[in-house]
Amino acid sequence: MNLFKALTLALLGSTLAIGGASAQGKTVKIATEGAYAPWNFTGAGGKLEGFEIDLANDLCGRMKVQCEIVAQDWDGIIPALNAKKYDAIMAGMSITDDRKKVIDFAGPYANSPNGFLVAKNSPLAKMPGTGEAFNLGTQTAAAEKAIDAVKPLLKGKTIGVQGSTIHSNFADKYLKGTAEVREYKSTEAHDLDLSAGRIDAVLADATAIIGTLEKPEFKDYVLVGPSIVGGLLGSGVGVGMRKEDQELKKSFDTAIQAAIKDGTVKKLSLKWFQIDTTPLS
Amino acid sequence: MDFTFMWETFRQLLTGVPLTLNLAFTSVAFGAVLAMMLALMRMSGIAVIEMIAKAYVFVFRGTPLLVQIFLIYYGLGQFRPTLQELGLWTFFREPYWCAILALTLNTGAYASEIIRGGLQSVPYPQVEAAKAAGMSGFLLFRRIVFPIAVRQALPAYGSEIILMVKATSLASIITMMEVTGLAAKMISQTFRAVEIFVVAGVIYLILNFAITRLIMALEWWLSPHLRRPPSIEPRIEAAHV
Repeated sequence: MNLFKALTLALLGSTLAIGGASAQGKTVKIATEGAYAPWNFTGAGGKLEGFEIDLANDLCGRMKVQCEIVAQDWDGIIPALNAKKYDAIMAGMSITDDRKKVIDFAGPYANSPNGFLVAKNSPLAKMPGTGEAFNLGTQTAAAEKAIDAVKPLLKGKTIGVQGSTIHSNFADKYLKGTAEVREYKSTEAHDLDLSAGRIDAVLADATAIIGTLEKPEFKDYVLVGPSIVGGLLGSGVGVGMRKEDQELKKSFDTAIQAAIKDGTVKKLSLKWFQIDTTPLS
Repeated sequence: MDFTFMWETFRQLLTGVPLTLNLAFTSVAFGAVLAMMLALMRMSGIAVIEMIAKAYVFVFRGTPLLVQIFLIYYGLGQFRPTLQELGLWTFFREPYWCAILALTLNTGAYASEIIRGGLQSVPYPQVEAAKAAGMSGFLLFRRIVFPIAVRQALPAYGSEIILMVKATSLASIITMMEVTGLAAKMISQTFRAVEIFVVAGVIYLILNFAITRLIMALEWWLSPHLRRPPSIEPRIEAAHV
């Protein structure tokens, strides 16, 4: 009995020691989706590439820690963070109030609006509000008016969104009842269905749409609709982490601020998105 | 564990049950017809037809259902112009029909082997006896072979139906919001994976419990010869007097 107790304590002690060592942040495990070009995707050689991979490596250099980037399916990415499968998320994840209830965010390190991807020859290509920008948080009335202006055109159409995203929340709140909303596991999946003609439009992040438009099979498609940020669309894209890891949050915040200040974020953003998505501080 | 949350989850997930059952039973119904045809092809004695059935079963039993769903939904989606020419696009455009097709083709392969096993287990003396009594062809099949084969195949076929109910959870990857699809959506809103998946699991258990009971009842009904004959209750009151 005593021997058993001693053994248990010894085991417990060693586990705690190991756990403590990793909490110091020697190696930070960062999860990304790997299916959200150009933010993060699996390149031709099977390696993870994209804006966030470059940025993560830059931030880890600034924080002087070893980083390991792993791929994780989007719909389980937050539960797995809280189950300690990794320490941080950099996967184009917008900072929203709902997510803040369960995890914390460092950043934002990017801010980009949403938009609709439609075929050039579709009636939806003439969507009102194209080229106009609204903040759903601060200009709620104007933004909702712009959304209402789009609705008659979307009546009876089928719209694809990625599930568990700000876009699916947006579609649930503003477009349900007007159009049929279908939820996909990844943006790649709804892009495929748009090109197959199963859906009439894709609602997604403008940067992801720009990435899609670069592919030759999407040359007859176009990005339309009002550019909307804020409100339930969140306040920019940040690094997600567990609430108790305040140390890690602090070091990420410092590194992100430094990367924004010296223009690294802008440089990487132009490299991958062709537009500047640096958040306004 | 938060039981009021789980009860609320249960009620919301129940809205996905009609689609889950619809997918399972529609594909089992079509699949049974396909399986019967395949089993008869396998036992036809004509080499070419046997080979076709064998190849079909080999391909659809040997590849994962997930891969089949992807190929039918996203794969065939790439051949839209050809499918439109053939007039098949209205069918393949809908995720519902793609899911039904994949599930049907899959269960057809498995069930054909179950039916073949049932048909081959019919004791030959019984067939001979029937022939001696003057039965042949369809009459022989309907009266003797089929009833015995069904009794033999039913336990395995029941498992196949249960497998199909669970297989419908894969339809959520092609946007069908059945129980698993709804569960994934609820997790994305609440991030409470454990409670929601536990409730989803319970719902599948309830469905499959009901199905096993139905199949047991069917087995009982089909096997009167295995039931204990009703016996006359012995009069024990007299002993107490």
